[in-house]
Amino acid sequence: MSAVLDVLGLLAILVGIVFLIIAAIGVVRLPDALQRMHGATKAGTLGATLVVLGVAGISGQGLFTAGLTVLVLLLTLPVGAQLLGRAAYMSGATLRDLHGPDPLRGILDRRSLPLEERTDGGRSASDRKA
Amino acid sequence: MSGLFGIDVPVLASVLLVVLAVPLALAAYRMVTGPGYADRFVALDMLTAVAVAFAALTALATGSSAFLDVGLGLALINFVATCAVAAFLERKGGDE
Repeated sequence: MSAVLDVLGLLAILVGIVFLIIAAIGVVRLPDALQRMHGATKAGTLGATLVVLGVAGISGQGLFTAGLTVLVLLLTLPVGAQLLGRAAYMSGATLRDLHGPDPLRGILDRRSLPLEERTDGGRSASDRKA
Repeated sequence: MSGLFGIDVPVLASVLLVVLAVPLALAAYRMVTGPGYADRFVALDMLTAVAVAFAALTALATGSSAFLDVGLGLALINFVATCAVAAFLERKGGDE
């Protein structure tokens, strides 16, 4: 039983590390912020979860903490990515390789220039009037 | 925890830790050179996921399960940090 757990745990750790490496390659090579998030969130969540599960399987201790960590990762990383993606879109981050019209136009406000290219210090229109 | 296929578990975990330095370096590269703020924040998110895996493997390398608690803390802090950073980007973002 312990040998089976060891093999499964080692396999989970190896697969998790491969997923983390793939996610990191995606973060480096994909062309814009939203596509980078697509790589980092899915593969990164799966990779970290698999590594934690594998470590818990091999060591056989800290099972409660490991389960809690996996639960927190699975619950919070997608939510955080959704918040960050919405914020990136609204702040006017550069979008590349967009096929067809922008489906979020008119639904979410969007600045015309990304934050780092603005010269007004990122103030909104109401701030400038005041 | 005597061994895994005749390999010492701490040694194996240490080797895997070195391999895990590859995604860490790639995400750090994107965080340093990322052209926009959004790219840097995405890379920060990725870095924390790698750090959780680092903490878990360190628990295996040292045999002390306290490092799993470090991973849990990192995962929790990551969520708060992402929320704060997203709120910053969004408040600087919306045109009236």
